[in-house]
Amino acid sequence: MSATPLLELRGIDKSFGPVQVLRDVALTVHPGEVTALVGDNGAGKSTLVKCISGIYPTDAGEVLFNGEQVHIGSPRDAAALGIEVVYQDLALCDNLDIVQNMFLGREKHSGIVLDEPTMEQLAAETLAGLSIRTVTSLRQHVSSLSGGQRQTVAIAKAVLWNSKLVILDEPTAALGVAQTAQVLELVRRLADNGLAVVLISHNMNDVFAVSDRIAALYLGQMVAQVKTTDITHAQVVELITAGRSGGLGLATDPGGNGDGPQAADSISGGVR
Amino acid sequence: MTTTAVRKDGPAAVTPPPTVGRHARNYISRVRGGDVGALPAVLGLIVLCTVFAVMRPSSFLSAGNFANLFTQGAAVTLIAMGLVFVLLLGEIDLSAGFASGVCAAVLANVVTVLGYPWWVAVLAAIATGLVIGTTLGMLVAKVGIPSFVVTLAGFLAFQGIVLLLVKEGTNISVRDNVLVAIANRNLSPALGWAFAILAVAGYAAVQLLRHRNRVARGLITDPIAVVALRIAGLAVILGTAVYVLNLERSRNVLISSLKGVPIVVPIIAVLLVVWTFVLQRTSYGRHIYAVGGNREAARRAGIGVDRIRISVFMICSSMAAVGGIVAASRANSVDPNTGGSNVLLYAVGAAVIGGTSLFGGKGRVLDAILGGAVVAVIENGMGLMGYSAGVKYVVTGVVLLLAASVDALSRRRAAATGTR
Repeated sequence: MSATPLLELRGIDKSFGPVQVLRDVALTVHPGEVTALVGDNGAGKSTLVKCISGIYPTDAGEVLFNGEQVHIGSPRDAAALGIEVVYQDLALCDNLDIVQNMFLGREKHSGIVLDEPTMEQLAAETLAGLSIRTVTSLRQHVSSLSGGQRQTVAIAKAVLWNSKLVILDEPTAALGVAQTAQVLELVRRLADNGLAVVLISHNMNDVFAVSDRIAALYLGQMVAQVKTTDITHAQVVELITAGRSGGLGLATDPGGNGDGPQAADSISGGVR
Repeated sequence: MTTTAVRKDGPAAVTPPPTVGRHARNYISRVRGGDVGALPAVLGLIVLCTVFAVMRPSSFLSAGNFANLFTQGAAVTLIAMGLVFVLLLGEIDLSAGFASGVCAAVLANVVTVLGYPWWVAVLAAIATGLVIGTTLGMLVAKVGIPSFVVTLAGFLAFQGIVLLLVKEGTNISVRDNVLVAIANRNLSPALGWAFAILAVAGYAAVQLLRHRNRVARGLITDPIAVVALRIAGLAVILGTAVYVLNLERSRNVLISSLKGVPIVVPIIAVLLVVWTFVLQRTSYGRHIYAVGGNREAARRAGIGVDRIRISVFMICSSMAAVGGIVAASRANSVDPNTGGSNVLLYAVGAAVIGGTSLFGGKGRVLDAILGGAVVAVIENGMGLMGYSAGVKYVVTGVVLLLAASVDALSRRRAAATGTR
């Protein structure tokens, strides 16, 4: 790991009217690492991601990118910094091919004409750089791809733009076993290539398989951010469901129901 | 997983070199997988032409009738070309027919009643189309009314506007030489040949340049034989068409000579090239397909979805204006029924028969021309066989239904096999 975190959030507050969704949230994301962001439904994971990607403005707190304070006011600002989000529903156009999807909205031109050969080459290089060998042709329509291949294309699209931070929102939620393994391998490779990766997941197996750090949100508060090697499966589940686990997490139990282990089934593989 | 287009180095080392046989097999498997493209329209056209040629060999196959097909189908085809853009977004424009009527009425008023030169009238008509399209597009994209309702309202209102513009039921004649020439005069035979040669040469240059560029960069290309076949195919089609159109069509050569390519043909051809270029080779066109395929994905990719939605209505109504100009030229006048009755339905039918999907995201401008040809051949051939208008409508309706079924079934097939 490197000394300066790529992204550092301090004291982020966010309310929607009377509902406070994020309370004094702090998060550090390091390049070359996969940071898993876990939390139960409604813990504020998606809101936090939307704050980072510029979709929602924050009420309070500061954002440091590469050690410098930045203001992310729009998705465009986020993209300019090198922050790319891969959404759960993928956001690919079925009627376009892989290259067209990867360059959608940011096509390369020569004059006013689309520069297809250059785009195809860049796409091929990007996929090769990620050691993706599962697609037969770059000119295949996305509709003909499997779920795992689509996820791969969506991730490759995010990587294409010299991005520094890639945020993946439940990339394996809809995938089978073999495809999940493929995508997780790809997520790991992103980090090994030096990118900072934030992985939102409900699936503890995925989290432990690829992440370097785990950040747990509980009712809008960041209750713990620890190295994956320093924590057990059961502890993470307790953090998610109760907000504390042994010496980790909140000092006092605010909710009061500590039925952690039983809730494990409902969170793995559940919807966001 | 066996072959891969993704190479780290040594391009084309992994993928087998393209051959004609492989290309043909790929095409067949694509068709089987539901990607039928324009195939139904082409087959339908061949079947219809064969039937009519057998039933009425002397009249249907005459050069005069061949030329008639173009001028008869031109207005509907032009409107259909604009409709393709709207259909690509999964929207509909029911007002295109009467929008063409309004634009034709504006044209007639400017050139005949006000006495301005023809080009002022043409500009006024197209500007009217742009205004209509902008209004429709704004109502759909910004206000959020479904396009079906907006354009249905337009359909009713424009019908009224045509009536108002032509003063309640009279008609305005169009006598300007240039305007009348559009649908009623022909290019000289030499000019027709020059035009065909230019078209084939231009197509060949584009295809060969692209092929060379892709080979030089080590990208997968269609085999050169296939490229050559395409160019040869176009040359044969254009060559035959120009040859037939250059035959003498006059009944009595001593009185007047009638031969050459109708002027409306190069007009359609140029618009076909321009719009195909816009759709296939510019990011604007790419964005139209993206919005038609997945609007949310397009929005997240930073595409101005509203802007795209408004613009396709502008294109559609301006093309309707061009169609209206051609219709006015062919009839030498504008009456309250210009662009009315079944013009719109034929235009939508032409686009769909050609292979444009009503579900959005799939279609080409060429589809409108192939579909327009099918509609024109039915209309023309059935007329020659002496069938009544009733039979013609029924047959056209059945053909449209067939085309829509092919679209729906091929989508189902594509969803099942995963290829498209």
